[in-house]
Amino acid sequence: MTRFGTVRLIAGREVSTRLRSKVFRIATVVSILILVGITVAAKLAGGGPSYQDVGITPGAAPLTAALDATATAIHVDLHTHAVADDIGRRQVRDGKLDALLVGTPGSIQVVVKSSLGDDLHSVLQLVAQRAALDRQVTALGGDPAEVATAVSAAAVTVTALEPPKKANGEQLAIGILTSILIYMALVLNGQAVAQGVVEEKTSRVVEILLGAVRPWQLMIGKVVGLGTVGLVQVAAIAFSGLAAAVATGVLRLHSLSTVGAIAWLIVWFLLGYAAYSLAFAAVASLVSRQEEVAAATTPVLMLLVVGYVIGISILPADPGSPLVAALSMIPIFAPTLMPVRLALGVVPAWQAVVSLAGVVVLIPLLLWIAARIYRNAVLRSGARVRLRDAWRAN
Amino acid sequence: MNRQLEIDRVSKRYGDVAALDDTTFEVRAGEIFGLVGSNGAGKTTAMRIVLGVLEADAGAVRWEGRPIGPETRRRIGYMPEERGLYPRMRVAEQLIYLARLHGMTAADARSSVDRWVERLGVAGRREDDVIKLSLGNQQRVQLAAALVHDPQILVLDEPFSGLDPVAVDVMSGVLREQAGAGVPVMFSSHQLDLVQRLCDRVGIVRQGRMVAVGTVDELRNQGEEELIVRAPAAPPGWAAALPGATVVEESAGSTRLALHDGADDQVILHAALETGPVHEFTRARPSLTDLFRHIVSIEDQS
Repeated sequence: MTRFGTVRLIAGREVSTRLRSKVFRIATVVSILILVGITVAAKLAGGGPSYQDVGITPGAAPLTAALDATATAIHVDLHTHAVADDIGRRQVRDGKLDALLVGTPGSIQVVVKSSLGDDLHSVLQLVAQRAALDRQVTALGGDPAEVATAVSAAAVTVTALEPPKKANGEQLAIGILTSILIYMALVLNGQAVAQGVVEEKTSRVVEILLGAVRPWQLMIGKVVGLGTVGLVQVAAIAFSGLAAAVATGVLRLHSLSTVGAIAWLIVWFLLGYAAYSLAFAAVASLVSRQEEVAAATTPVLMLLVVGYVIGISILPADPGSPLVAALSMIPIFAPTLMPVRLALGVVPAWQAVVSLAGVVVLIPLLLWIAARIYRNAVLRSGARVRLRDAWRAN
Repeated sequence: MNRQLEIDRVSKRYGDVAALDDTTFEVRAGEIFGLVGSNGAGKTTAMRIVLGVLEADAGAVRWEGRPIGPETRRRIGYMPEERGLYPRMRVAEQLIYLARLHGMTAADARSSVDRWVERLGVAGRREDDVIKLSLGNQQRVQLAAALVHDPQILVLDEPFSGLDPVAVDVMSGVLREQAGAGVPVMFSSHQLDLVQRLCDRVGIVRQGRMVAVGTVDELRNQGEEELIVRAPAAPPGWAAALPGATVVEESAGSTRLALHDGADDQVILHAALETGPVHEFTRARPSLTDLFRHIVSIEDQS
């Protein structure tokens, strides 16, 4: 059997064991549910139905066309309903209507439950002003329709000297989800590698295995096997989140930024996983009991947490933050920060390249270091091996 | 054909402690070689070095006259002292996996697993996770793990520890059968009566040094001859002052004496008869247990 045949065999065992693990299945399903839940929550937080219902009594009916036109002009979504006065008032009280227009075109009156929303207030204000204007134009012998056309044709031309730094709402949502997803994927799969390494030490099976294979084969096989499952897991979570977002209308599928964000998410998961899983494998090989895994992996975990916390606390408010831009080009923080910035659409090409190159260079270096520590520490059971001893020892 | 496993002047140090110090012995094809010694004497270190799990500081391990390499090591069946299997993996699946790691094809691995679970009486548990098995059955699976890839060499660290009497018989039978098929079998044990019964040759290790190697009879002949005297009426201490003999053990009318060179057993017989009737008067070779104690105590004094 070739050396890589052995690695494939080891990876294959990891894949089948992981797929059968209840913890893994539950974590995947829960992640999908959380992501779908967030999507649905985002949809609901966006204001239930996003339009407002306005009832119009027969007396105010001539205003209907003006109301619709004005609302459209200033991007307020209104549904108008012709109702009788008393029924309308009852519906306002029940919350079925947001407002009820009574009175006549000359004196507009609005009935609301407690207060009038700003949007609706602006619309009605404009309608009232327009009605007053129309009356003046008519009194002066002009044609209100002509004036209206001329007024609506007047528009402001905007020239932007710098493109906007703020991400739009859709990008922001994808950015936040990317941040959560890549952090969770790296932590879950990194921890799985750490636990797998320690399980082999605790159960002592590692000694039998090392009678047949080299330490590096065992370590790489584990990393590759768990990484393969992790990749499928991340893709499944990302795509079910995407499907939920498209189905609820939170995201538009054709949006290039969405597809791009998912592609980058997968690329960065692979790179981040390669780097971090090696670090997790190395530190886990120092301990022999499951109870010690958490303590041993804390330093590595902290690096992930720091990147995630910085990203999620700074980027949504300030996508262009120079601090985050700088950190995202440092290889240890790149996997948690760069995909988020990419999703927000605020990364110049050169920064993306620097960031990628850094991690790509780091991975073989980490592989060499991790293989050495693992080889020296993995057969030492009992007390925790000091990192320095594992590095030096033969 | 030089089908033997040679451990040639192997040394291994852990800091200031010499775990193995210039140790040399060989295990020949078809023989059962027992490695005995106190805890920490270096038995496990020697086996780990044979397996390539540890690297020796000096010396060489050879098989058929050539330094042992990864390909040969894959053909060793190994049972570590600290038993180890994946607890949450099914018996058959795990054995197939281990057989394939040792270079077997999937089909060969499956038929070999079928054979061994049948032979070792765990066929009914092949679809259970290892952790669900009784300790005795786990030991049987562990032995199967050492044998499943059809090894050329067997290296077993304390294979008998924790076994019930039936399992001891199964294990002894399997080791004899393997040796009979020409496999060199090397194992360590603290159960010296078992080693005496089972082994063709024995090596006694002490503080990393091989202090005695040979067949069981050779070793027993090296020790001082013993005399067992059963004289029920003899008062305690009756033999303390006899010339040329030392009391090894004295209990309820039975006394075991070590005879030094040139001692006259007839003097001892007379002394015994003076205490009353003598029901037994036997010359014997020391057991491996006594010999081991003797060797260890001599070394301790030096």
